[in-house]
Amino acid sequence: MFVSDTMLKINDLCAKVEDKEILRQLNLEVKPGEIHAIMGPNGAGKSTLGNVLSGRPGYEATAGHVEFKGQDLLDMDPEIRAREGLFLAFQYPVEIPGVSNMELLKASVDARRAHAGLEEYSAIEFMKMAREACKTVNLDQSFLKRGVNEGFSGGEKKRNEIMQMMLLEPSLCILDETDSGLDIDALQVVASGVNAMRSADRSFIVVTHYQRLLDYIVPDYVHVLANGRIVKSGDKSLALELEAKGYSWLENEAV
Amino acid sequence: MSEQVESLIRKEYSAGFHTNIESETLPPGLNEDVIRFISAKKNEPQWMLDWRLKAFKIWQGMEEPEWAHVKYPKIDFQSISYFSAPKSLADRPKSLDEVDPDLIETYNKLGIPLHEQEMLAGVAVDAVFDSVSVVTTFRGKLEEAGVIFCPISEAVHKYPELIKKYIGSVVPQRDNYYSALNSAVFSDGSFVYIPKGVRCPMELSTYFRINEMNTGQFERTLIIADEGSHVSYLEGCTAPQRDENQLHAAVVELVALDNAEIKYSTVQNWYPGDEQGKGGIYNFVTKRGICHTRAKISWTQVETGSAVTWKYPSCILKGDHSIGEFYSVALTNNYQQADTGTKMIHLGKHTKSTIISKGISAGKSQNAYRGLVRMGPTAEGARNYTQCDSLLIGDRCGAHTFPYIESAHPSAVVEHEATTSKVSDDQLFLCQQRGLDAEKAVSMIVNGFCREVFKQLPMEFAVEAGKLLEVSLEGSVG
Ligand SMILES: Nc1ncnc2c1ncn2[C@@H]1O[C@H](COP(=O)(O)OP(=O)(O)O)[C@@H](O)[C@H]1O
Ligand SMILES: [Mg+2]
Repeated sequence: MFVSDTMLKINDLCAKVEDKEILRQLNLEVKPGEIHAIMGPNGAGKSTLGNVLSGRPGYEATAGHVEFKGQDLLDMDPEIRAREGLFLAFQYPVEIPGVSNMELLKASVDARRAHAGLEEYSAIEFMKMAREACKTVNLDQSFLKRGVNEGFSGGEKKRNEIMQMMLLEPSLCILDETDSGLDIDALQVVASGVNAMRSADRSFIVVTHYQRLLDYIVPDYVHVLANGRIVKSGDKSLALELEAKGYSWLENEAV
Repeated sequence: MSEQVESLIRKEYSAGFHTNIESETLPPGLNEDVIRFISAKKNEPQWMLDWRLKAFKIWQGMEEPEWAHVKYPKIDFQSISYFSAPKSLADRPKSLDEVDPDLIETYNKLGIPLHEQEMLAGVAVDAVFDSVSVVTTFRGKLEEAGVIFCPISEAVHKYPELIKKYIGSVVPQRDNYYSALNSAVFSDGSFVYIPKGVRCPMELSTYFRINEMNTGQFERTLIIADEGSHVSYLEGCTAPQRDENQLHAAVVELVALDNAEIKYSTVQNWYPGDEQGKGGIYNFVTKRGICHTRAKISWTQVETGSAVTWKYPSCILKGDHSIGEFYSVALTNNYQQADTGTKMIHLGKHTKSTIISKGISAGKSQNAYRGLVRMGPTAEGARNYTQCDSLLIGDRCGAHTFPYIESAHPSAVVEHEATTSKVSDDQLFLCQQRGLDAEKAVSMIVNGFCREVFKQLPMEFAVEAGKLLEVSLEGSVG
């Protein structure tokens, strides 16, 4: 296991998308075992942050530095970041027709384990684990055989993301609005999945618009991201304050 | 154009030459003498020669077709040599060390065992190699079952009645330009006969055909499944095959008599040319089968090779309740061009056909599906289902679909579905975010796209086909 006492350390990160400056000198530090919630108005750059951290093509870091488990994150290819344990639960999971969920899951877990010098799980062993994960997120086992996200409802896609997260056992999980569009039952499923995974050497960054998710996943810190930077940080009470007051009072001091 | 063809062009064409029966290679050019020479070399009976000559006359009166969605420099048929004996041992590479290392690398990626690599690369292996014992066992089992499986040149001598009766019965000489050419100059190929009621005890594979691998550029295959028999035949292999002959024009004829079933699977991986599209093989194939009452013919093909492919394995559903199937994966990369598809000709009552075509284009390639479904005036209650999917990788390639439907019977039902999709950046990134590199991601997406067709292949072939796609797509992303 890694020994660094920081999971993620973002220093003065600037990033642009299609020549548009989105992140402006963003700073954030996440320690192992912590849960950080990020809230903020639409278009503030929350998804961009997740995309830059995971190395999505088109999202370019122009300045600053990001350290992930003691390594230079921005230097790594996206698949290496994933194998090192960075996981992004997508805001809009894409469909891959014909590729079964199971196939993608197995290949992903194999790749991550090979990277760590561990042996592949046998097909039978892995099948058991996948079935277990299905149960936890309340998805029928038939979803393992179906094409990745193919014809899944919005809620099923989000639960599928959580299932992938559980099997990949990442060090750092970034959840991008995983709660949007979920009914209260699905929300609880997602939350209990996350809570079950909480551990001293795993961290979470939870992007959300709604304080209600934070009733189930209790964060150590809440940050407000506006105009491409963190403009305010606090404990979970900040989320309640935001719920009452909105963001406009903070946005003004951001620029 | 290949070096061979170029150097042949550079050679002066000696008009009116006299063919010398002792010579091992003919100078380029095609005329009646050449055909007599080929026939004499094979010691053929008069009827076979006459048949070839008739085909040649027909060919002379035909024009090279231009309707396919492919572009290539005009072929000068007089610049090609139509007979060359197999290379002598002395001319062949002595060991794999003398073979193009790129080719060896690909063999290794495909997991091809050493002795097969040697065979494929044409290494002069004297004495006996491992597979010979396999071949002997194999032959014994077939003989027991009464199955005939031999080179067609041998069948001309041993089974003249069967050849006379069936050769050209499914693909007539005048069917098209290339079938006429093939009929005139065909080199060799396989002959298969399955007796009445016999289930062939194993998959027949060209790999196990004795004699030399090199059947030449004008291969001819004839498979006859007698009443109630069953056979599965595998053509080709996943290893890339190189050939100095740039033009390939094969003919395959299948005859499924009453209640018989023929399953014909192909993996075609001829050299596609380099990344600039230079030097690849032109593959113009005519494949067709005829189904008698309640017979079934199923074509499955995985096409990844050749610079230009022009190929339409077809079924004539003559007998009532007969079934035709076509499952195809055609992948083109770099500058490859493929125009492929099928024809289902429904003549009998309650005949059924299924067409599943998966076209994958990458690089700057062009991939066309061309399919004809014809419901004849006697095809009462006939049905066809066609599904035709195209997948694009990158934005410099093209996919084209040309479905032709002709229905002369009001009770016939034709269903056609077509889709075109792209491997999107978002799909690739999802896979990368889960730890897969881009190439693995593409091959997984492509394999998923082809699943319905791969299911039709014999098990181990399907695994190889998946690997083959992976190798063929290398360098198509990133
Ligand atoms: N792929 C993209 N192409 C163009 N603009 C983008 C892209 N992704 C994000 N943006 C722009 O970046 C800004 C921040 O977007 P985003 O990070 O999605 O915000 P949030 O997730 O906080 O709502 C917005 O103005 C958005 O339009
Ligand atoms: Mg967002």
